[in-house]
This record gives sequence, structure tokens and C-alpha cells, in this order.
Amino acid sequence: MTNRLDGPQDAREGGDAARGSSPGPGPVSSQGPTDEPPPPATEPETAGAATAEATTAGAAARGSAAPAPPSARRGRLGPSPTLALVFMLPAAIVLGALVIYPIVYSIFRSLFDATGDTFVGAENYATIFSDSSTLTTIRNNLIWVVFAPATVTVIGLIFAVLTERIRWATAFKLVVFMPMAVSLMASGVIFRLVYEQDPDRGVANAVITSVQGLFGPSHGYPDARPRENDAAPVALKEGAVVTRQAVKPGQAVQVPLVGVKPATLASASVAKAAQPVPGELTGTVWVDFTQGGGGTLNQVDGTEKALEGVTVEAVRDGSVSATTTTEADGTFRFAGLPQGDYLLRLPQSNFQEPFNGIPWLGPALITPAIIGAFIWVWAGFAMVLIAAGLSAIPRDALEAARIDGATEWQVFRRITVPLLSPVLLVVFVTMIINTLKVFDLVFVIAPGSVQPQANVIALEMWRVSFGGGGNQGLGSALAIFLLVLVLPFMIINIRRFRRDNQ
Amino acid sequence: MTTPALGAPRRGPLGRVADRVGGGLLQAVMVVIGLFWLVPTLGLFVVSIRNETANNSTGWWTALTRPAELTLGNYADLLATGFTSSFWNTVFITVPTTVLVIGIAAMAAYAFAWMEFPGRDTLFLVVVGLLVVPVQIALIPIAKLYGTLGIFGSIAGVVLFHTAFGLPFAIFLLRNFFAGIPRSLLEAARMDGAGEWKIFSTVVFPLAKPAVASLGIFQFLWVWNDLLVALVFADTDNQPMTKALQSQMRQFGTNIDILAPGAFLSLIIPLILFFAFQRYFVQGMMAGSVK
Repeated sequence: MTNRLDGPQDAREGGDAARGSSPGPGPVSSQGPTDEPPPPATEPETAGAATAEATTAGAAARGSAAPAPPSARRGRLGPSPTLALVFMLPAAIVLGALVIYPIVYSIFRSLFDATGDTFVGAENYATIFSDSSTLTTIRNNLIWVVFAPATVTVIGLIFAVLTERIRWATAFKLVVFMPMAVSLMASGVIFRLVYEQDPDRGVANAVITSVQGLFGPSHGYPDARPRENDAAPVALKEGAVVTRQAVKPGQAVQVPLVGVKPATLASASVAKAAQPVPGELTGTVWVDFTQGGGGTLNQVDGTEKALEGVTVEAVRDGSVSATTTTEADGTFRFAGLPQGDYLLRLPQSNFQEPFNGIPWLGPALITPAIIGAFIWVWAGFAMVLIAAGLSAIPRDALEAARIDGATEWQVFRRITVPLLSPVLLVVFVTMIINTLKVFDLVFVIAPGSVQPQANVIALEMWRVSFGGGGNQGLGSALAIFLLVLVLPFMIINIRRFRRDNQ
Repeated sequence: MTTPALGAPRRGPLGRVADRVGGGLLQAVMVVIGLFWLVPTLGLFVVSIRNETANNSTGWWTALTRPAELTLGNYADLLATGFTSSFWNTVFITVPTTVLVIGIAAMAAYAFAWMEFPGRDTLFLVVVGLLVVPVQIALIPIAKLYGTLGIFGSIAGVVLFHTAFGLPFAIFLLRNFFAGIPRSLLEAARMDGAGEWKIFSTVVFPLAKPAVASLGIFQFLWVWNDLLVALVFADTDNQPMTKALQSQMRQFGTNIDILAPGAFLSLIIPLILFFAFQRYFVQGMMAGSVK
């Protein structure tokens, strides 16, 4: 695999001269056939008659001008308009019947009620702006538009700049770009797994838990407690587990607990009885319960499970002299304690509910969580487009600035970003259109119970029309509303296209 | 791309040491970012090949130390549920759509690029405008239309819908490519007395292979990955994989041993295509980023 994701030279190879010849970094602004005007069949004569502006003035002008000088046709080298019609016909029929007609029909249908029998005027549109559930969708789409496109563009820019400085840029680009090929449905399943609340199942919370574990106790055993009889060497005291008798360095202390759920212990190792070591206070914290019966009380038997990560304090005269935590096999040791009598205490913090994960898929965080998935999907798109723009920036401009003493940040801020602005705009606009239309990710990631909180216009449109809402009047109004929202970008596209073709 | 000589002139030996450290840090950061993008898909894969009890009790990452939990049983179970038929539905929807879009769009694009007819440029601007029209606009009208025609719920209906909404992008992409072909080639063919159809099929279309390839892969992925259109227009017998998976989402927790292999099967073909034809994929994306 060569540097195929590496910039426009590669991406545009294959004789695509029309696109490669643009000086600007914006790939879209380089769309048009800049090396030639859109070629009319009778080019030499037309160019003379109508000049270069004819390109934008429209074919109509040229069409009427061309027949004027009869000699222009020169034995009719170009095809006739009738033949052009034949070539256009299949596309015209399909687009007319399945795209243009539906737009007209939807406008019409949106003025009628749910059954389609009664004319209600703008009532469906009034519903959009008064009904609390549609207002939620508008609010959510607004959140999407404010955060998602900007984040994707910035991340794409950062990645594009950073990949220029590593040798394995192609591999990196492939990995980040890969989600583009995956269906949003599959991405949804992927992120449902990532966002599972249980830190033992969802990787997002697992990462957060283990990062937290670096700073505080990661293991909580809320149900663990000593056996309630006098033979047990430890007892419950003010929420903490404390040894009944004073212990001395050189002893091995057994701390048997019970009541821990088997699920909690699924990944725990087998406990090991600590051996006395001269001068050290050692011991084992474990679950004194042999599955299937057997075993001796208050002794570490072969199959009993250890409690890992439990905080143990050595207390002397009411104050903590030393603290340690248990190993994977349940053992702990205090080295270098002064001789004397101690009590071992397992503080209450060991027995509090452990951190059980951020509710990503709960009503409060659902929209940011889905935006996270959206960024995962689209960052590669932004990165590849921006990287192509970046490689089109003349290197000597950057070098000149550096030689003049500009810092890297100044070069980036004052030269790179302004030169990239056309391509940044393309990415940004594309992302706005995508966020306005976002459907699959919300539909798949948000669990049924929080879909009302995560709802967006495109999803609500489907829901009221086909997903049980049964109101195609309101559905049509929502579809038109969506069309109106993308209309400015449609106009931007048309303008940009006309400008580039001039 | 190799590392350019960034700021080389001003750096002394001390600066070079700082560069090394900074470079190492950058590498580390990039590796972490790469993992962010890789791990979710890897997780789906591991879940798909773990047995149900293991998935219900522990995270997929623990399977890396316990390979005994790994099994192909989920895939066998999935195929036993009739998932294969939705796989073939996806194929039967995607392949004809891709062929139709390329064929119809290539003809129209040829007319736009090399033929003369009244209103040509205006019509092309209409095509550019249609690039961003959301499919939602057509769901209700076409559902009604298909009801009248009697093709609601059929594969043909889904294919036709996708073809219509694939056309603007396809015409746009191909027309721009066709217009870049040197006109002398066409002139020469016309001088030799070749008809328009012959020029189109033997000169222009073969020359446009790179553009057709990128359009093809884009269109293929777009239809293969669609959920919304299938949700509305494909009934249960004709549903593609995306819709079949979606119907399992309601019981996400308990169905993960079906969902994970299903989702993975649905994305494996796009991924193979992506790695095999990434050059065309990127090319098509660059050309069509207005969409």
C-alpha cells in the first residue's frame, strides 16, 4: 500500500487534468473544467460570436447564436439537440418522477391534515413550532449544527497538520478514514457497545474507570463484610473492618470476608495465604467461602478468591502509621513498621459503591454521545480533504516566513489557515448539511426510552410518517422544513459552481 | 509524505534534542489517537467472536487474555436465522443500483459535456442544486406512487429510489470528468464519421474509467450502507442487512450475539472494497464533497 491517501497528486492521477489544474487548494473549487470552457460542439465559431462570457450566459444564448452564420455548422459536425434529448431522457425521467415531482407533491401534501382529505393551510408548520416534541428536535439539531461541524473541521485540520510530521501518515490516515466505509448502522452498533454504562462491558467507561484507578482505589466491594461470630479474626467497626486483636510485625494476619457477589469475583485470582516474615506485618484479604462447599473457616483454602486492591491501614494508638493495598492474590505487607501493637483496619472506602460508569446513553448525555460517534465517522473525511489542501500550499511561502523568524504557530495561524480557508469552508459546509440530515446514528444509538430526548428533525420526519405517527401531513411539512434548512447551502453550491466555471 | 525540513535553519543541537523529544511525544499522541479510531471496530469484532456468557459477564478486551472464549458459534447461529437472505437482498439492491446510476448518469453527463441543446447550463445548475436535496422529501410521495404502481416493498422500488437520488452526484462527477477530455479526440472521431453513441461508448466512456471507478465505489457503499430508504420501502422479505439488524436493536443487550456478527458481516465487504480501491474512493470524495 503506497501513499494513496497522501494528497491530491495521487488522488487526482489517472488523467483527471481538469481537476488537478486548479491553483487553489479547495478541491471543490477546482471542480470545473478550468482548462477549457464547457465545450460546445461548434467551438471555433461560437467563441468568435459570443466570446468567453457565453459560458455562463447559458447555452440558450449560444444555441440561438450558432445557427445565425449558416457556414458555422460546417457539415453539421456536432450532434443535434434531438440526439442530446435521447441521451438526457432516462436521467430526466427518473429525476423528474422521483426527485422533482416529490418536492412539488410534498409542498402540496404539507398543507393537508393527517388523512390528506382536509386542507389545513399552514397548520402543520404551526405544529412544528409549537409542539414540544418537534421543538426538541429543532433544539437538538441546533446543538448538532453548533458543535459537530466545527469540531469535525478542527479535528480534521489538526490531524492533517500532524500527519505531515510522522512517517506512518498513510497508516494513520487509513485508520481514521476507515469509518467512512462502514455503514452508520454498523457504526451505531459499534458505539452502543462503546457506550455501555457498565465499566466491565463498555470500553468508554472502562477507560475512565482505569484512569480513575490510577488516582484512587479502583476496587469497591460494597457487600463484603466479616462473618458475624466471635471466631472471626476481624469485625465491623463504624463501617470499617478492624482486627479484633492487636497484631505485631512478624505476624501474618488473615482477614476473611464474605458476602461478595460471584459476578464481582469472576476475574479475581485465587487467594494465597501470606507467610509470616520477620519484621514485616503481612496478611491476606480474601473471600472465605469455597464454592460448592468445603474449606475451613478463617483459613485460605485452595480455591478461595482474593480481594484485590483493598486498602489496608496499620493503626497505632488511634492514628494511621502506614497504608497499603492488597495484591492480585489478596496479600499485603507492611515493611519497616516500628515494633509495637497495631490494629489493622480496612477503611470504609473499600466498601462503598464503586464507580459504575457515566450514563452516556442516558437522557442528559445522549446528544453529545452521538455527536462523538459522528465525529468518529467524519473526521477522516475532513482530514483527507484538508490534507490535500495542505499539500497544495506552496512550501516556499512557509519557508520564507520561517526564515523571517516567524514561529511555527505564527506560520500556522497567519499563512497556513488563511490559505486553507476555501477547503475548510467546504468541509464545514458539508458537515452542516450532514448534521441537518443526521438520522441513522440517532436512530441506532439512542435506546428507545431516550429517543424523545435525542430526536432530530430527520428522525422525527420518519417517525411521524412511517414509524407509528401516522401523520403524513406533518411528515411532509417536516420534510419541507428540512429542505428549507439545506436551501442556503444549495444556493452556495450553485453560486460556487457558476463562479468556478467562469 | 516524508517529514519536511521544518524550521531547520534556526535549530542548534539543543533544538534538535527538543525536536527528538517533541517528535516522540507526537508519535505517542498519534498512536493514542489511532487507537481511538481503531478500538471501537476491533471491539465489535471481538464481541462477535465471543460466546454469549462471556459477553454478558465481562468486557471484550478481557478476551485477549482468554482466547478459550472465542468461538465462531455466533456466526453459525446468525446464518441459521436467515441472515443470508438479507445479505443477498443487499447485493440485489446494491449491484443493479450501481450499474443503473453509472449508465444513466454517463449518458446524461455526456450530453451535458459534449452536446449542444437549449437550456443546457441551466439544467446542469438544477443538477448541482439537487445534490443536497434530503431523501426525506421523497419518502411520502414515492411511497404513494409505489402503492399505485404496486411496487411498494419490492427490491425494484428500493433500486429505483436509490438510482434517482444517486443520479445528481453521478451526473455532476462524470460531466466534470468528461469535460476534461481533450476535445481533439472527439473531433477526430467525429471527422472519422463516428456517431455520437459510438463516440460515447468507445472513446469517452473507456477514457473515464477512473471517474467511473470512483463513482461506482461511492455509489456502491452509499446504497450498501443505507438504512432509511430500506426502512420505508423494503418489506421484511426484501429487507437488506441494515434493516434486518435494525429490527434486532430493540433488544440490544440480549441480542448482541446476533447483532455483533451481523454488523461485522455487513461492514466486511465495504471494508475490503475500501482497502482495495481507496484511491478511487478518495478521488470520488474529493470530487463530490459538495454532497
